[in-house]
Amino acid sequence: MIRSELIQIIAEENPHLYQRDVEKIVNTVFDEVIEAMARGDRVELRGFGAFSVKRRDARTGRNPRTGDAVDVEQKHVPFFKTGKLLRDRLNGNES
Amino acid sequence: MNAKTLTRMDLSEAVFREVGLSRNESAQLVESVLGHISDALVRGEQVKISSFGTFSVRDKAARVGRNPKTGEEVPIHPRRVLTFRPSHLMKERVAAGNRD
Repeated sequence: MIRSELIQIIAEENPHLYQRDVEKIVNTVFDEVIEAMARGDRVELRGFGAFSVKRRDARTGRNPRTGDAVDVEQKHVPFFKTGKLLRDRLNGNES
Repeated sequence: MNAKTLTRMDLSEAVFREVGLSRNESAQLVESVLGHISDALVRGEQVKISSFGTFSVRDKAARVGRNPKTGEEVPIHPRRVLTFRPSHLMKERVAAGNRD
């Protein structure tokens, strides 16, 4: 499933909404998650999962092709942890 | 950096602000977005949201684990796990926003 298919399904379920509003709704959800993480915040969606930011310390990496040592600066990366309900559903425990 | 935790409520508040539906309907639509993503994943589909990231389901084989406290061997059954791969845009925005 891709973004446009998700928008399509939700538009079909909500015939009283304009397609452009459904697009705005779906885009707002994803944009808010990115903006929250860009501020260093966490987004916890019970049953689905949680998006958070993790710090990666500076390290000396290697250029895999040449084997040269390269300094990699400390950085922050997005992280997602699956929620319990979704994890259970993936393994056939619907309830 | 004092990190806040956002919830569904904050997402539906954003939808309410952006689109001008009722708070109630905004909340239902946020739920519907999460629900459809979950349903697709449970069917085994990959969910690819451009400029956000990709959720995919992977099969893990059975293995023998160990209770770290007692050292006892426990069988770990084959299972399906969800992985999320953030888009370049998300990685860039998160890295840029959290530089210190």
